[in-house]
Amino acid sequence: MPQSNIMPGFRPAISLTLVYLALIVLIPLSAMLLKSMQLSLDEYWAILTNHRVQASFRVSFGAALIAAAVAAVFGFIIAWSLVRYTFPGKRLFDALIDLPFALPTAVAGIVLATIYEPNGWIGKLVMDNLGIQIAYKPLGIVFALIFIGLPFVVRTIEPVLQELDTAMEEAAASLGATRLQAFLKVILPNILPATITGFALAFARGVGEYGSVIFIAGNMPYISEIVPLLIITKLEQYEYAGATAIGMTMLILSFVLLLLINGLQWWVRRRSGQL
Amino acid sequence: MSISVNHISKHFGAFSALNNINLDIPEGELVALLGPSGCGKTTLLRIIAGLEQADQGDIFLKGDKVTDKPVKNRQIGFVFQHYALFRHMTVFENVAFGLRVKPRRDRPSNEVITKKVHALLQLVQLDWLHDRYPDQLSGGQRQRIALARALAVEPSVLLMDEPFGALDASVRKDLRQWLRNLHHDLNVTSIFVTHDQEEAMEVASQVVVLNHGRIEQQGSPSDIYDHPVNAFVSRFIGQTNVFDLDEHDADWLQTAGILNPHQEGKIAHVRPHDIIIEKSTTGKAAPATVKDWQHLGALIRLELVKNGVNGSTAHLFAEMPNDQFKELNLNRGDKVDLKIRQAHWFH
Repeated sequence: MPQSNIMPGFRPAISLTLVYLALIVLIPLSAMLLKSMQLSLDEYWAILTNHRVQASFRVSFGAALIAAAVAAVFGFIIAWSLVRYTFPGKRLFDALIDLPFALPTAVAGIVLATIYEPNGWIGKLVMDNLGIQIAYKPLGIVFALIFIGLPFVVRTIEPVLQELDTAMEEAAASLGATRLQAFLKVILPNILPATITGFALAFARGVGEYGSVIFIAGNMPYISEIVPLLIITKLEQYEYAGATAIGMTMLILSFVLLLLINGLQWWVRRRSGQL
Repeated sequence: MSISVNHISKHFGAFSALNNINLDIPEGELVALLGPSGCGKTTLLRIIAGLEQADQGDIFLKGDKVTDKPVKNRQIGFVFQHYALFRHMTVFENVAFGLRVKPRRDRPSNEVITKKVHALLQLVQLDWLHDRYPDQLSGGQRQRIALARALAVEPSVLLMDEPFGALDASVRKDLRQWLRNLHHDLNVTSIFVTHDQEEAMEVASQVVVLNHGRIEQQGSPSDIYDHPVNAFVSRFIGQTNVFDLDEHDADWLQTAGILNPHQEGKIAHVRPHDIIIEKSTTGKAAPATVKDWQHLGALIRLELVKNGVNGSTAHLFAEMPNDQFKELNLNRGDKVDLKIRQAHWFH
């Protein structure tokens, strides 16, 4: 038999992938789907149209989108600084970026809440000078999610920036481009796909985030209550069907949004000749 | 003078990359900056372009002092060693870039841009690739697109960093000829950097030989080949046999046809084609033995072993046309007599 591939093992690899997908992803998710199917369509609809549930969806997805957008911008700048400049303590700073990955999210939430609460170090400053309260408001949720999402953006952009040929920028300048033109026409289009990936990762993480948010959110129904918290609340009241219905809806919404982001990604890469 | 380099020096830390460089390049020349790697040739090119700042000295382009002008205002075309094409743009957009980034009042209309870009792509004979991306092109094609892109802004000087460095040998040969013709048609003052002496001799109208951050010699290819000013240039431009008279070569050189009255130094450099070979008639006393030979196409390169008076041996190379080699009918181990037509003397 002719051997066309250098690396053998297509069959074991694909089998393992399928088993993994089934055990870790598909079976648990189908169990959730089955559980939610105990509800009639009317009941399902009633749960979803409940004002408190709808408000929590707005808070969760809204905060995650805003936080991911902010993280994308700041993450880009941080990745840029780490790749393009040398400064004292750069390695230490580089290691700090990953901290949110490792830190128990509850710890992060408590620390953030303590600092940003109206009497906290930074919270007091902001409160006194700008009159804005951060912790225990929806803004607090955004802050927590930025903290959680930032490393995703930095770590996806960094390798792409490292690979970007600085001669392209010199070429742009030699052709008469201003710095702004060189950035917008040469650097940005090359970094955009990675930035979108980072944004999608930060967003996905933000939608599902529970630990850090509940300590800083204030958790006021209709205002700063996130969907995962609502699910926990339902579970504590033994409303298993209701909880799975919300969970299922969240799953579908997230999936659709990620699919859209992937589509956008594909479009950008295609437009910039990377496909 | 189209390009004038005045007292340019550049240091990188303690390393002196360029040392008081003075260079005048007349309008319309095609100049090669030639030197071994690390001699500062690329740094000099980048300083002329404005991609690098000199520590001292001034650059004049067409009589204007541009030392403090940023690269984007210098009206230069730069071709990068690895082309630096914008990989997210089509070939067309790459070439159009320089026109599209012009300030609004100078920017040509879309129709003019389209026309001009296609004209440039036809000039480099790649118009049929206009909607491809750089990743889909071969090295030689990318090189020509990079050149078209640089020419789009109608630069007053064209600067090329190792323009053929990353190409296959056969593609390189074609592109050299092509670049020469293109320069003949456009007549834009051009400088290219190379470490390949053959390339410099073949393409350039003027060659500037650099070493250790200094200019060793500047002149036409034939000047530099026939009259090297020092041992470095002689050795760097083409192959040469080196005879050091301190090492008992004097007697032998006399028998080989170089006489003492001609001696103008202690070291003689002899080009391989300046050595004439005759089959030895004197037998044992013959000064050299044929060790091996290589076919270089029209020429044959002979590797000879020379026996010194005190039993020392040295290798030397001689070249002769293929036909002549066949006539001589030499075999490995044959004794031969040598005559030296011409030598360059250095101290």
